[in-house]
Amino acid sequence: MKIYRIHALICAGGQCISAGGDSFESSLKKELQATDLTEEIQIVETGCMGSCEMGPMMVVYPEGIVYVHLKPEDAEIITKEHFLKGRPVERLMWRKEEGTFPRLEEVPFFAHQTKLVLRNCGLINPENIEEYIARDGYQGLAKAIAGNDPKLVIEEIKKSGLRGRGGAGFPTGRKWEAAYLQNNDIKYVVCNADEGDPGAYMDRSVLEGDPHTVIEGMAIAGYAIGAQKGYVYVRAEYPLAIKRLTHAIKQAKQSGVLGQNILGSDFSFDLEIRVGAGAFVCGEETALLNSIEGNRGEPKKKPPFPAEKGLFNKPTVINNVETFANVPVIMTKGADFFQTIGVPNNPGTKVFSLAGKVTTTGLIEVPLGISLRKIIFDIGGGIPNNKQFKGALTGGPSGGVIPASQIDTPIDYESLASLGSMMGSGGLIVMDEDSCMVDIAKFFLKFTVEESCGKCTPCREGTRQMLAILEKITSGQGKEGDLEHLEELGKIIKQTSLCNLGQSAPNPVLSTLRWFRNEYESHIRDKKCVCNVCNMTSPVKEAKKNVRQKIAH
Amino acid sequence: MAKINSLEELRKLRDQAKESMTARSGEAKVRIRASMGTVGIAGGAREVLKAIIDELEKRNFHEVEIIEGGSMGLDKEEPVIVVERDGFQTTYGKVQPEMARQIVAQHVINGQIISEWVIARNKQ
Repeated sequence: MKIYRIHALICAGGQCISAGGDSFESSLKKELQATDLTEEIQIVETGCMGSCEMGPMMVVYPEGIVYVHLKPEDAEIITKEHFLKGRPVERLMWRKEEGTFPRLEEVPFFAHQTKLVLRNCGLINPENIEEYIARDGYQGLAKAIAGNDPKLVIEEIKKSGLRGRGGAGFPTGRKWEAAYLQNNDIKYVVCNADEGDPGAYMDRSVLEGDPHTVIEGMAIAGYAIGAQKGYVYVRAEYPLAIKRLTHAIKQAKQSGVLGQNILGSDFSFDLEIRVGAGAFVCGEETALLNSIEGNRGEPKKKPPFPAEKGLFNKPTVINNVETFANVPVIMTKGADFFQTIGVPNNPGTKVFSLAGKVTTTGLIEVPLGISLRKIIFDIGGGIPNNKQFKGALTGGPSGGVIPASQIDTPIDYESLASLGSMMGSGGLIVMDEDSCMVDIAKFFLKFTVEESCGKCTPCREGTRQMLAILEKITSGQGKEGDLEHLEELGKIIKQTSLCNLGQSAPNPVLSTLRWFRNEYESHIRDKKCVCNVCNMTSPVKEAKKNVRQKIAH
Repeated sequence: MAKINSLEELRKLRDQAKESMTARSGEAKVRIRASMGTVGIAGGAREVLKAIIDELEKRNFHEVEIIEGGSMGLDKEEPVIVVERDGFQTTYGKVQPEMARQIVAQHVINGQIISEWVIARNKQ
């Protein structure tokens, strides 16, 4: 087997590529050829390393040196100094404040993380199944099959306490059991990779950086419930994820860990990719199943739940990408190991995409129960420009704002719900003192209004009415009673909408009303946006002013 | 790639594949440091390094980290390589490619120090 003295891991996640990572890579390859080092140095394209703010990134082993913000012209100096002479180029390295250069695992951004789902992201080449196998890949599937009893798998998942990472937190084991108990020859496993929340890209990174873990998780689910066929529903906006997943499925079939008679056993399981067409509502499970069937992407009434009557009316397990990515870890390391991470009733980790007004943005994985303060200040490095932390939005357009006063709340499903927010799929947007909460609520409501499928009235009409009120408030035309009206509408929409999209659409408005009511009031009473975000001059006022000016002339 | 037909085959493939990724795990058994300053390179350190990698590959020994360093100041003895194994740092001087191959075969893989070429030895 070939030995390379240096493994140069270049981040090939979406962000790093769009920041110019691929042109750095090609110029590095040229330099290696020019210096005759191609036989000694292996370039590995990995999935997202997480610290997207610092990209394009490269980690050089065995030393574990981290290079950041790379440009094509840096390839020459790194090759000549580091690769040839062993002198790392300090000006390009990740720097701690004291001027020291940490190894990758010592960088504060990484040091406080616990990586289960992202265990391989940034460390292996996602297009090489052998590197996945080297990291215990497909051992979980092998163990499941060797156990020779699907019930054992379901028991293990139930015991682990894994809950759906798509946001709602339903116990995965119970979902699988419900599908297992259905008496039907044909069953399906579906992976929901229709990640649509603005600013959230956890699932994309898993598919791009470690597609085999999703394949393995789905195959284990297939074995557990007795399905032979699975679908991954990916949104069309993720071309790189689709490419890597397609490649991984092909490799897995060639290697005999997917397809007919997996690992020489009687179990067969096949996977297909379905590409979405850009509708946010298709992230809702019943709408997603409709879309796979070739129908219009509209939600259906529940019950019956997909576990009873799902895809093509057959029993179907539908889980999120991140949920499936946890399954191989539970199968190889055991439910007891999984329970040691996180807090009781909320075991394991959660991946968040940390965005907004925070020093180091990027993709992070933390044990559940961690406080928001730790995420923002220890991992994210605090708020830039000495600004004050005001609040953080979790759950995207379905979630709500956690105000600064609640910064020590543990991040788990129940605590977030009690604050009027939700775990959601993992978007975490940090806001500082300059962010206007009314404007934020308007932004997310606008998103849901545009994405409402229009099937049920409360969601189609109600959210539109709420948005109209918010638009008035933010343009200086708000009046007394608007806030009570918003609350009433919000409650009705939550109670009467058909699917989760409508049921959670009022959350951003309701939670900002709960925690930042004074901001709404100053918009209405003083016609003032304290953060200077909203344009408070109303068209009527402007017109009157123009007329007065004309008369004066 | 060939089909994996059993759990044993999967395990075997894993162990093989693991070896080729040792450099990324920080779990190597032996560490070889090569002095790659200007003097070292002028004295032929590149050829020595290539010979080391070639020999390791031939002998299929993967539990090793190869780290380049700058000159340690011993210009007279360049090319210098240091082998870290079993808790000792052993420094070899005036290493030629053929010598490097022997050092790999005897010391790196089998732990037999070639004392006539050693210029220093300390506990780690």
